[in-house]
Amino acid sequence: MISKAIDKINAEQIAKATEKKAKPEFAIGDSVKVHVRIKEGEKERVQIFAGTVIARDGASSSTATFTVRRISFGVGVEKVFPLYSPFIDKVEVERSGKTRRAKLYYLRDLTGKKAKLREVK
Amino acid sequence: MEGLIGRKIGMTQVYDEKGRRVTVTVIQAGPCPVVQVKTPETDGYSAAQLGFDEQKPSRLPKAEVKHFEKAGVKPCKLTKEFAFDADETVKEGDLVTVNIFDGVKLVDVSGVTKGRGFAGVVRRYRMRGGPMTHGGHSKRRVGSIGARDLPGWVDKGKRMPGHKGDVNRKVRNLLIVQVRPEDNLLLVEGSIPGAKGGYVFICKALKK
Repeated sequence: MISKAIDKINAEQIAKATEKKAKPEFAIGDSVKVHVRIKEGEKERVQIFAGTVIARDGASSSTATFTVRRISFGVGVEKVFPLYSPFIDKVEVERSGKTRRAKLYYLRDLTGKKAKLREVK
Repeated sequence: MEGLIGRKIGMTQVYDEKGRRVTVTVIQAGPCPVVQVKTPETDGYSAAQLGFDEQKPSRLPKAEVKHFEKAGVKPCKLTKEFAFDADETVKEGDLVTVNIFDGVKLVDVSGVTKGRGFAGVVRRYRMRGGPMTHGGHSKRRVGSIGARDLPGWVDKGKRMPGHKGDVNRKVRNLLIVQVRPEDNLLLVEGSIPGAKGGYVFICKALKK
């Protein structure tokens, strides 16, 4: 009974998030462009964060997140996005990478060509 | 009514109207039947005794069963008195629901914290302890508990190892994120004392 009440709240949250826009579909290893709405003072604009999805957490939960990693000016940058955040407009999949594991944390230790994933066609 | 009795259900995250991700505690708040109304004439003060969580009559003393019978409500596991506003009319047998928090911004929530058993001072009082390396011999010890001959005793209330947790605690000024009358649920921002399933008392914020 206890978890039922919370399940209901979580289901509502997912329903509310997927009402206007579809749930983002992508997989681990995909190169994606995340369109994030950013408020600067009064103005609102869309910022794109492009990188590789290296982790997804929370599975089907309403609190699910995903981690995108990119190399920006030679420095590795990772951002964790809530999957159902109202600030995420869409997630575009640029190319799909071949992976053998669910979490690609090993990419953190690799640079250059080695950090590239083979494309799945 | 000043407050309600509830049960901690658990925690999750919701998005508020600004799109902010808020960590909330879900509390099953009420419905609480009014078991007894205390009046200034008979009791010297005014308050309403609320009940929560049904109980089989066979598991209660007869005196208590009769007490609930008198008000015409089902026997409850827990009762607690709450003050009510002078312009409110409260009858025995009334059901107080989570709707009393409609339009209320902040609440105080009190409950019994999780018991942690016998704990040392580092865990219990966040003392630093001694050095772990460089030949440290008082790694997680209390250290000095006072001087020697003067005053010749240990100060009362000196913090030492002992039982941690399982005490009444109140968290003040928690923001109400949602009131859900259809499920008798209250969502407040942040954490509250106790384990899941534990009883809590929710009051409208006293300060502020």
